[in-house]
Amino acid sequence: MRFSRTSKALGMMAIAALALTGCGGGGSNSGSSNAAGNSSKVILADGSEPQRPLMPADTNEVGGGKVIDMMFAGLVSYDPSGKSVNELAESIEGKDAQHYTIKIKKDQKFTNGEVITAKTFVDSWNFGAAAKNAQLSGAFFESIKGYDEASAEGSKVDTMSGLKVVDDQTFTVELKQPESDWPLRLGYSAFVPVPSAALKDPKGYGEKPVGNGPYKMADGGWQHNVQIQLVPNPDYNGPRKAKNAGVTFKIFQNDDAAYQDLLSNNLDVLQTIPTSALKNFKSDLGERTIEKPYAGNQTIAIPEYLPEWSGEAGKLRRQAISMAMNRDEITKVIFNGARKPAMDFTAPVLDGYSDSIPGSENLKFDAAKAKDLWAKADAIQKWDANKTFTIAYNADKGGHKAWVEAVVNQLKNNLGIKVEGKPYATFKEARNDATAKTLTGSIRAGWQADYPSLYNFLGPIYKTGAGSNDAEYANPAFDKAVSDGLKASSVSEGNTAMNKAQEILLQDLPAIPLWYQVSQGGWSDQVTNVDYAWNGVPLYYNITGK
Amino acid sequence: MATYILKRFLQLIPVFLGATLLVYFLVFSLPGDPIVALFGDKPVNEAVAAQLRAQYHLDQPFWIQYLLYLKGIFTFDLGQDFSGRPIAAVLGEVFPVTARLAVMALIFEAVFGIIFGLIAGLRKGKFFDATVLIASLIVIGIPIFVLGFLLQFTIGVQLGWAKPTVSSAATVQDLILPAIVLGLGSFAYVLRLTRTSVIENMNADYVRTATAKGLSRFRVVRVHILRNSLIPVITFLGADLGALMGGAIVTEGIFNVPGVGNRLYRAVTQGEGPTVVSIVTVLVLIYVVSNLLVDLLYAWLDPRIRYDA
Repeated sequence: MRFSRTSKALGMMAIAALALTGCGGGGSNSGSSNAAGNSSKVILADGSEPQRPLMPADTNEVGGGKVIDMMFAGLVSYDPSGKSVNELAESIEGKDAQHYTIKIKKDQKFTNGEVITAKTFVDSWNFGAAAKNAQLSGAFFESIKGYDEASAEGSKVDTMSGLKVVDDQTFTVELKQPESDWPLRLGYSAFVPVPSAALKDPKGYGEKPVGNGPYKMADGGWQHNVQIQLVPNPDYNGPRKAKNAGVTFKIFQNDDAAYQDLLSNNLDVLQTIPTSALKNFKSDLGERTIEKPYAGNQTIAIPEYLPEWSGEAGKLRRQAISMAMNRDEITKVIFNGARKPAMDFTAPVLDGYSDSIPGSENLKFDAAKAKDLWAKADAIQKWDANKTFTIAYNADKGGHKAWVEAVVNQLKNNLGIKVEGKPYATFKEARNDATAKTLTGSIRAGWQADYPSLYNFLGPIYKTGAGSNDAEYANPAFDKAVSDGLKASSVSEGNTAMNKAQEILLQDLPAIPLWYQVSQGGWSDQVTNVDYAWNGVPLYYNITGK
Repeated sequence: MATYILKRFLQLIPVFLGATLLVYFLVFSLPGDPIVALFGDKPVNEAVAAQLRAQYHLDQPFWIQYLLYLKGIFTFDLGQDFSGRPIAAVLGEVFPVTARLAVMALIFEAVFGIIFGLIAGLRKGKFFDATVLIASLIVIGIPIFVLGFLLQFTIGVQLGWAKPTVSSAATVQDLILPAIVLGLGSFAYVLRLTRTSVIENMNADYVRTATAKGLSRFRVVRVHILRNSLIPVITFLGADLGALMGGAIVTEGIFNVPGVGNRLYRAVTQGEGPTVVSIVTVLVLIYVVSNLLVDLLYAWLDPRIRYDA
C-alpha cells in the first residue's frame, strides 16, 4: 500500500464530513463524456515532496508515487475503474498461474531514446529486488522465484532465478507458487522498466528520472520542496495520452494552504479537501467537487498475541466489539453520511466485491447480541473489570480522534467495559509499536490497495506470517482458502474463492472492518474533465483547461 | 574593540557544541524508528532497513552518531537527508528564502513600528496615540496563526490583492503578505517600546536644552529624542531577527513558503536527525551573531558605551 502521513490517511483523513449518500459514483459533473476542453493548459495540482529519490522501486508514498505513475508505463496500467489494460505488454500468458510468458510491444522507447526490451524489464526487476540496492518496494517481487535469495541480507546474488529473457520481445516469469492475480499487480509502479542509466547511478537518476510514460520531467523540473514540473511525452502512445500541456505539482506542507490556493484559482486540482474545509467545500466550490469511493478501508486491528484476545474467548470478544458499534450512526454523524459502513474486508470498487458474504451480519449493529457474546466470552475467560480496552491511533494527521472517540463511547455504553482512545503523537511511533508487536490494545489500521484485487486486501494482512500481519493472525483454514483462490484458473473463480476465505475472516475478525473510504476533491474554474481513478488519485492526464 | 569581538566569537564555540549536542540528543530521543516509518504499512524488509540504518548511522549508539556528525561538519559534509540529497544543499535552498522573509518582516516592523511609535509618543494622549495603542494591543493579543489565516483569506482569497500562497520563486512581492503577518506581533512591541522611550526622553534635560538653544523641532526630534530612544528598540530588533527566522514555522506553514520552517517541520516528523541539527545550529548561530551586532551598535548609538578589552 502506498502511504504517506497525509494520505496514508487519505481516507482516514477526509474523516470529518463527507456528504455521499450511496456509494455508486462521484458527484463529478465532468467525466469523459464532456467536451474536449482546452489542451494547451498546464494543470497545477497539489503534491508533496517525495521522501526518497524518484526511483520506481524505491517510492512507496503518494508524493513520489503520483509522479512515478505519470512518468512511467509498465506492462499494464489500470483504467479509471481499476481494470488492467495493456500498455507495453503485447500479451501476458500463464496456463498454471505459476509460469508466465510475457511478450512486450516492439519499438518502445524511453524518452532518452533507449529501446525497451525484455532485458530492460528483467534488469529493472532484479535491481528492485536485490538487497544491496536497498529499494523500499523490493517486497513487490517476493512472489518471483529466487526473490528470497536475492533479497537476503548481505546477499551476493543479485538476480532472481525465476526471470528469463527469451528474446528481445519475450521473457518468462516463474513464481514460487501459483498466483492467479499476479498479472493484476503488474500495473503497480514497482514493476515499470527503468533505463540502464538508472541502474548504474540510482541516486543521480532519482533526481532527474527518465521514463516512458505519458509525461516526462521538464528540464530542472524537480525544484525540491517547491514543485515538480511534468510535460507531455510526445512519443507516448498508450491509453493514458496527455490531454493537457503538462502537470505541475506544487508542493504543500499543509492542505489548508492548498485549499486557499484552490479558492483563488491559484491551484487547479486539489486531491484531498482538508478536514477543516469539509463542511464548506461544496458551497465554496459548487459543482466543482467530487466524492468517489476508492479502494481503501478503515479497520481496527486487535492483536491476537494479547492473552485476553486469543483463543475462543478472544474471538467471541471481537465479535462482540464488532456488533457493539453502530457504523451507520458514526458514518452519519461524524462523516455526514459520506462513509459507507463496511460489509467485508475489501472495498466496493473492486471486481468481485460482495456485500452479502455469509458472516457479514457480524458487522451489523446488535447491542443485545454483543452483550450476550461478551458474557459468553467471560464464561470461558473472565475479563478483568479494571482493564481498559484501548484503541490506538496516530494523532499527527488524518483526523482520527473524532471517530475513535465515537467508537469508544459506543463500546462503553453497549458493553459496559472501560474503553479509551490511545493517541500516538506521530505515525512513526504507532508503526513502531505495531511492527515490534508491542501493542497493548487495538490499533486503527487502514488499507489502500496497491493494485485492484481482492487478494491485496487479504493476503498481505491476514495470512499467517504475512508482512503486514500486525495482529499476528494465524488460521490455517484461511491460509488454505486464500492459496486455493490464488491457484484458480480465472480471475472470477479466484474472486469466488477469496470471498470464501472472507467467510472465515468474518467469524474470526482479526481486524474489525469499519467503513470504506471515499476521496473528496475539488478543482478550480479554470479546468474541466476531472475524474478520479479507482485508487483515489485524480486522472491528471485527462484534465483539460476550460 | 577588536579583542572584544574576538572574545565574542570565541564564545560561539561552546554555544555551537552545546546546541548541536542538545538538539542531536533531543532528536535521538524521539520515539519511533524513522526507517521503519519509511516503509509505512508495508512489511519492513530487514535487509533494506539495515542498509538504510547503516547509511544514516542509525545503528550506532548516540555518542558515535553525534561524533560522526561533528566529524562530518569539520570535513564540510553535513550528511544526507532521506531523499539522498546533501544537507548542505538543502540548507542552501531554504535559508535564503527564510532570510528574505525575516529581513522583510524586520524592515516592516522597524520602519512602521518606529514611525508610529514616534508619532504616538510625540502626541501622547491624543487621538492618534490612543488608536494606535488599542490597535497594538489587539495585534499582540491575537495569536499569529489567526492573523495569518485571516489576512490570507481576506486579502488573498476574497480581495485577490495577493496570492494566498507563495509562488515557486518566493519573490519579494510574494513574500510581502507573509512578512507582514510574521512581523505584526513584533511591530506592536516596537511601536510601544518606541513610544515609551520617546515620552521619557521628551522630558530629559538635554531635550529641553536643545529646544532652548533654538534648534529646529525637526532636529530636536531626530537627533536628540529619536536617536536616544532607539537604544532599547535596537536591542529588541536584534534579538528579534533570530526569533523571526526560527519562529517562521507557523507563517511558512500558512503561506506555504518553501523555507526553513517547512523543512524543519518535515525533518522533525520524519526523525531526520542530521537535518534538524544542521538547521537549528544555523539558527542558533544567526541568533548569536545578530546579538553581537546589536551590542556593537550600542557603541555607535551611545558613545558613553565603550568596549575595552
